Amino acid sequence: MKRKIVKNLAFLTVALSVVLAGCGANNTTSGDPAPAPSNTGTNTTTGSGGATDGDEIKVGILHSLSGTMAISEVSVKDAEMMAIEEINANGGVLGKQLVPVVEDGASDWPTFAEKARKLISEDQVATVFGGWTSSSRKAMLPVFEELNGLLWYPVQYEGLESSPNIFYTGATTNQQIVPAVSWLLENRGTKFFLLGSDYVFPQTANKIIKEQLNAEGGELVGEEYTPLGHTDYSTLIAKIQQAKPEVIFNTLNGDSNVAFFKQLKDAGISADDITVLSVSVAEEEIRGIGVDVLEGHLAAWNYYQTTDTPENKTFVENYKAAYGDDRVTADPIEAGYDAVYLWAAAVEKAGTTDVDAVKEAAKGLEWDAPGGKITIDGDNQHIYKTVRIGEVQSDGQFQELWNSGEPVKPDPYLETYEWASSLSSSK
Amino acid sequence: MEITIIQLFNGLSMGSILLLIALGLAVTFGLMNVINMAHGELIMIGAYATYITQNLFNDYLPASLFNWYFVLSIPVSFMVAFLIGWLLEVSLIRFLYGRPLDSLLATWGIALMLQQLARTIFGAPNVAVKSPTWLDGGFRLMDGVVLPYKRLFIILLVIVTLVAMFLYIYRSHAGRRMRAVMQNRDMAACLGISTRRVDSMTFAIGSGVAGIAGCALTLMGPIGPSLGTYYIVDAFMVVVLGGVGKLVGTIVGAVGIGVTGTMFEYWTNASLGKVLVFLCIVAFLQWKPKGLVAMKTRSLD
Amino acid sequence: MQLRTLTPQKIYILIGYAVAATALFCAPMVLSDFRLNLLAKFLAFAIVALGLDLIWGYTGILSLGHGVFFGLGAYAMGMYLKLEASGGRLPDFMDWSGLSALPWFWKPFESFPFAIAMGILIPALLALILGFFTFRNRIRGVYFTILTQALVIITVTLFIGQQKFTGGTNGLTGFTTVLGHSIGSPDTKRMLYWVTAIVLIAAFVLCRFLVKSRFGKVLRAIRDGENRARFIGYNPAVYQMIAFAISAGLAGVAGMLFVLHVGIISPSTMAIVPSIEMVLWVAIGGRGTLIGAALGAVLLNYAKSAFSESYPDAWLFFLGALFVIVVVFLPKGAVGLFRKWKLPKRRRTEHEQQVGHSTV
Repeated sequence: MKRKIVKNLAFLTVALSVVLAGCGANNTTSGDPAPAPSNTGTNTTTGSGGATDGDEIKVGILHSLSGTMAISEVSVKDAEMMAIEEINANGGVLGKQLVPVVEDGASDWPTFAEKARKLISEDQVATVFGGWTSSSRKAMLPVFEELNGLLWYPVQYEGLESSPNIFYTGATTNQQIVPAVSWLLENRGTKFFLLGSDYVFPQTANKIIKEQLNAEGGELVGEEYTPLGHTDYSTLIAKIQQAKPEVIFNTLNGDSNVAFFKQLKDAGISADDITVLSVSVAEEEIRGIGVDVLEGHLAAWNYYQTTDTPENKTFVENYKAAYGDDRVTADPIEAGYDAVYLWAAAVEKAGTTDVDAVKEAAKGLEWDAPGGKITIDGDNQHIYKTVRIGEVQSDGQFQELWNSGEPVKPDPYLETYEWASSLSSSK
Repeated sequence: MEITIIQLFNGLSMGSILLLIALGLAVTFGLMNVINMAHGELIMIGAYATYITQNLFNDYLPASLFNWYFVLSIPVSFMVAFLIGWLLEVSLIRFLYGRPLDSLLATWGIALMLQQLARTIFGAPNVAVKSPTWLDGGFRLMDGVVLPYKRLFIILLVIVTLVAMFLYIYRSHAGRRMRAVMQNRDMAACLGISTRRVDSMTFAIGSGVAGIAGCALTLMGPIGPSLGTYYIVDAFMVVVLGGVGKLVGTIVGAVGIGVTGTMFEYWTNASLGKVLVFLCIVAFLQWKPKGLVAMKTRSLD
Repeated sequence: MQLRTLTPQKIYILIGYAVAATALFCAPMVLSDFRLNLLAKFLAFAIVALGLDLIWGYTGILSLGHGVFFGLGAYAMGMYLKLEASGGRLPDFMDWSGLSALPWFWKPFESFPFAIAMGILIPALLALILGFFTFRNRIRGVYFTILTQALVIITVTLFIGQQKFTGGTNGLTGFTTVLGHSIGSPDTKRMLYWVTAIVLIAAFVLCRFLVKSRFGKVLRAIRDGENRARFIGYNPAVYQMIAFAISAGLAGVAGMLFVLHVGIISPSTMAIVPSIEMVLWVAIGGRGTLIGAALGAVLLNYAKSAFSESYPDAWLFFLGALFVIVVVFLPKGAVGLFRKWKLPKRRRTEHEQQVGHSTV
């Protein structure tokens, strides 16, 4: 017994020292000026602008490459890598080449926080492009604010947020959901059924929609949430049939969409009977759901692969050339691509990668994105974007039915809408 | 009235899907006492096999034959999953007999690898399987009650699979050997049965049935690398509720969970319905710890 | 273990402890803030692993539901931190979800001691209740394991569904201070690291005391032959319940420390995959040895971090393969391998082999 204990302890000490040595070694090899632990003092955020030493600038890319969210995020990562390569091919930023540091968020929110911390404090990246779910963004937010890092978040989201360390290149609610509801009320009917996955984005979005329906004369006939990964929609479809809505506003996430649309079609409900407008179904998702069950249904985004701009033509061509002819582009992919270019432009303008300087330089920055001209709003670090409503065609692409004509000013707290005053009491 | 019929049918349909995903598990877990956490991934393999069959039909055969790919994809899915199951048994599972909890952990590792493998081969996004046109639409029972052909087809498929398994286990020589080995391994070995071969055969069949389930699920849901994770816990619940070692129990368990599940979901909502079903299962197991239909045994430990 | 006289072996033991403790306490001087924070998180995981080992390695009960106990502890601490960060106002997610006042069960969490007490008591009580119903009805082995999975699904679905009380899938995050100290500052982080190290050592001593005591012997008797233990006159259910509750309490403690280090707790941390991963740490380190469990947690998480940094696309392959190889071919884990390699002459007897097998 005692011998065993001795062996145990010997093993413990050996192993512990190995771990410590390993950690230590890692510390010394990564980035030349190792973040000195002696940097005591309180939370002094000494502008972590990142390592601009030599002729390279490191940038972080942090998406889920494994786990359930990999489905969506891998394509965004690809687009961001492509943008970095294009920028490098054109001489880089400030004459320096960009070096991407790719990390896996593994569809796990604490991992996102951990990797974000690693990218900023160990790799000393100049900025990070990453995140998809609201949860991953919420997990990273405190890290970026604490270390004064810079995050570019490329996905449409539920609004009600405006961090000084995050640029939101996806749509906020008034650039997607609010105009979509108004359009539906005018063109497709007033009886709404709200269907979403049971998590933060759908619940917040539906709260906004309900207020809007009240104000604009719509009628709510049902509201249902299903757990993430839910695959049997027969009961829900029965409920829909009973409620007899004219419009289903769909905020389901990921895989649930596949099950829902397949089973909706089986139940004999087509786009002619009930309009389904989705805010999380883009070209990428159509490939996984199958065009045959989606044809005729609607989506609201700021960009489609079919969006007709000269920039988009080259963007789609390059994307397909880089990753294969069968790949498609979609709104978050474009937003990720835009983010890299916007950041690069801001750095060029600021002449440095220092976070505060880049933020200052980014205010009012304009760029001709594949989806049309976009402008960074200096107040809330969101982007002016054009709203587009599209219908799924038999080739898996969208046909644009309506667009807002000009880029819409982002309003994450919906302050310009009277009916939304009760939604958020505190900023 | 209509809604009652629809909901009864939905319950039955959900029960049949649950049964299909749990049948393979009833064999590997129920008969062999191997807790196969990679069962969900075998379902995924069946689904991808269907996807490949569809693509082959698309690429090499005239469009007029396309509709029949699904008929062929059922045996193809079975065979692919059967082979992979057999490989797993020969390379790993055979070291794990008699260590059920270890088999749980090891097969979970396998599940991780299979998922990543699928992601490497087919890419992370979902793939689409176009269902054959003869399964589109539904049977109009009365005004407002349409029974989708796909759901009817899955019910039929379950019945056929069940009958086939029943015939195999209880009416064939191979099945008799299988039962003999599961009941008393040493005695069976003494009587000249090759227990190794029976083991790999049994595990492979269980895996093959999972493949069929995967094929059927392409009609209803997503086809992606994480497909298996959506079904694995449900499948275990069915087998545990039904009682280990008897197919009858699994059938009753699956239909029971299906019907009560849809009922709860109808009365409350999907999240709460799921919670209630699981609470019911937990409560039920307090009352009957061995499940609905328990094997009678006098052995103690 | 009698510590009356100091034999050379006991001196080795003491030296070993001293070295291990020194290594833990010197880490802040060697490591960067980021690595230290990681190590602190791993140490918190080691505490869960100790608890898991107590019931799996020593009592023979495999729980795939420890993520829930871990998560409940973490939520208790998270509630306190969230209230402190909100500074008297309603936490942001409640505001969006349409609550206008703080729910009654959130109020007491403004107190730090209360949060800590709840972080231990709630998981322990839940485990006790679950244990009461299952062990008394002699649900064990595989059935118990699958029931714990049901517990995970129920809890996670509830936590996600009750967004206005729990923050939904986003969970609780956006913390600023703990007891008035900025949670992100290097000083606080180093302090938290030391707290974690001390708690880990305390947990280790507690577990060691438990397994060496009479109580621990009964646990092992139950593991190796539940009915035999029952026939001798012990009530296995009581012992199992107590061990399970202690184990859940330890998981709660670990969860509280985890939140302090990571700054977020969400339902995904409680789900099935993290719960199985916890078991994996124990399996790979070596079940039935406390050191093995603790080391397994630290080493495996380190490997996971390192692998996913270098090979983000393929680390799942490594992890899965490691898992399969260890469980199939090294059922005693790394510590078992070490012993085999260290003591080639002292062949394990057939009897020991058999005992090894029946532990599963």
